[in-house]
Amino acid sequence: MSDGTEVRRPSEGDTATGTEVRAEDQFAQQHAEEAAAPPAVGAGTAGTAAAVGDSPRQASLWGDAWGELRRSPLFIACALVALTIVAMAIAPGLFTRTNPRACSLTNSLTPPGPGAVFGYDLQGCDLYANIIYGARPSIIIGFLAAGAATLFGAAVGAIAGYYGGWFDAVVARIADIVFAVPLILGGIVILSALPSRGVWQIALMLVLLGWPQIMRLMRSQVISVKEADYVQAARALGASDGRIMARHILPNAIAPVVVYATIYIGVVIGAEATLTFLGVGLQLPAISWGVLLSEAQNRLLQAPHLLLFPGSILVVTILAFLTMGDVLRDALDPRLR
Amino acid sequence: MGRYVIRRLIQAIPVFLGATFLIYAAVFAIPGDPVRALFGERQVAESTLNAIREDFNLNDPLLVQYGKYIQGVFQGDLGRNFRGRPVWDIITSAFPVTLRLAVTAFSIEIVIGLIAGVFAGLGRGRFIDNLVRVSTIFLVSIPVFVLGYTAQLLFGVELRLLPIAGLRDGWLSYVMPGFVLAAGSMAYITRLARTSLVENLHADYVRTATAKGLPRSRVIGRHTLRNSLIPVITYLGFNLGELMVGAIVTEGVFNLPGIGRATFQAVLAQENSVVVGVVTILVMVFIVSTLLVDLLYAVLDPRIRYE
Repeated sequence: MSDGTEVRRPSEGDTATGTEVRAEDQFAQQHAEEAAAPPAVGAGTAGTAAAVGDSPRQASLWGDAWGELRRSPLFIACALVALTIVAMAIAPGLFTRTNPRACSLTNSLTPPGPGAVFGYDLQGCDLYANIIYGARPSIIIGFLAAGAATLFGAAVGAIAGYYGGWFDAVVARIADIVFAVPLILGGIVILSALPSRGVWQIALMLVLLGWPQIMRLMRSQVISVKEADYVQAARALGASDGRIMARHILPNAIAPVVVYATIYIGVVIGAEATLTFLGVGLQLPAISWGVLLSEAQNRLLQAPHLLLFPGSILVVTILAFLTMGDVLRDALDPRLR
Repeated sequence: MGRYVIRRLIQAIPVFLGATFLIYAAVFAIPGDPVRALFGERQVAESTLNAIREDFNLNDPLLVQYGKYIQGVFQGDLGRNFRGRPVWDIITSAFPVTLRLAVTAFSIEIVIGLIAGVFAGLGRGRFIDNLVRVSTIFLVSIPVFVLGYTAQLLFGVELRLLPIAGLRDGWLSYVMPGFVLAAGSMAYITRLARTSLVENLHADYVRTATAKGLPRSRVIGRHTLRNSLIPVITYLGFNLGELMVGAIVTEGVFNLPGIGRATFQAVLAQENSVVVGVVTILVMVFIVSTLLVDLLYAVLDPRIRYE
């Protein structure tokens, strides 16, 4: 890992050694925090940043975090796992030539062996091919629900935190109500109320029940940032609300939200599998990990491989997103440096 | 203090109404006619069906139905299911199972979570810390049903250590479901205890205690741990509601006749009154435990005062 870093650094127009860069980065980082948000960086900070690298972005919190992340073997491993799963979702044909729907009942419940590394399921379908093709719904729901919940929650939270007043009060009450409805229970009830249940419905439901968390996070961040000196300075200079929000508050408030969004992808993937397992998620002709696992529950003794292989890949995927969020949190926390 | 409690309770009213209405409306919208489904294949006169619908207020519009329902709730009447059994009765008869399960899970997560968290915090950066960090993320990543089935395969079928499902073995039957239900919260408690301990170990009052020459065991036991436990205790308050919901999946996997299984069956049978009844109770638990946690916070941390 460290080799790769050393090679990349000079290509960015950087002649200093890694450690020196780190020290100056930190210095610049401190300046950036004291002086202003990145766009309003004072001359001194800009000078430091220019001395460090060719772009001032190097001095930002995100630049620092990125430098830290790409040197973390744990993060790289998890990112690779996540990318592999995403690749599976986009192009399952790259990973298997077997058609997941080409099944033969003579193979029913055959344990792993030559020809089928993960064995066959009840219908005699190749389990490996089903797992590869089953990545798509999980990934789509994960990214869609986490993405939409983050965008919506962050937007509402930023407005509520920045302006306060009646909007804040109304949103807070709505969030309280949604908060009081537990995720799985609410999911069961809402999904049973829908005439058809596909990827979109499940994603929408998870957005509906998931946004208050992000809203609260964003709101508290914005409130804690909005009284900062550099925001007052920007306001004194006559910057509009939109500009203050976009260029001064958001860049400094968004970090925990990004961390939570990463973790929420993993949570969503787990919730989808759980709801499908309970019978209120995706339905049978669909190929998904949740469907495979709910099929496994009645044949636990005869065919444990039906549980273990889809279960493992599900856990590894969730693990990858949660760990990335975890490492990201540490990398974005300047106090831990 | 008294005024604060009253204000919080008043604030809780819209939350309570909103959450129960949300669930009531969702169950109301479930397609299909639950009354006709009650009779299966049998031919029933339309007038009989109508009489039953009338009896359960099913002919009223949503808001009127909900209004009548919530009026009953405030008078202590949670309604009946379609077979005429009072919902309160269904909940109270299933409650002991869920309560025992939750108590088992609660004890497991407190004991193991705290011990693991304290060891990780004291050995920060060392092997034990990394081990705890990796294993907690791992535990959080496993969906409850996958963990449950894997545990059944491993401890029930392969090793034959614990009963696989059902309630025939007394308290022993609750051990495996308890661990499975506790897993996620246990990991969370571990991390919470660790983070809070690490933060407090650098606090001024800890340095003072060490400088006074107190033995390390006393510095940690009396000064650091006590303050580090505050966030853990507050989390435990929220956790109670979480465990009751987590019981839906756990009781399904382990075939325990508790509230979780009753709820899930009620959703499938469109037993509106049962589902909303359980949610009503859960929301009450949620509101009361949040309030208690906030009040407890003020007791544990004298810096916090409520007006």
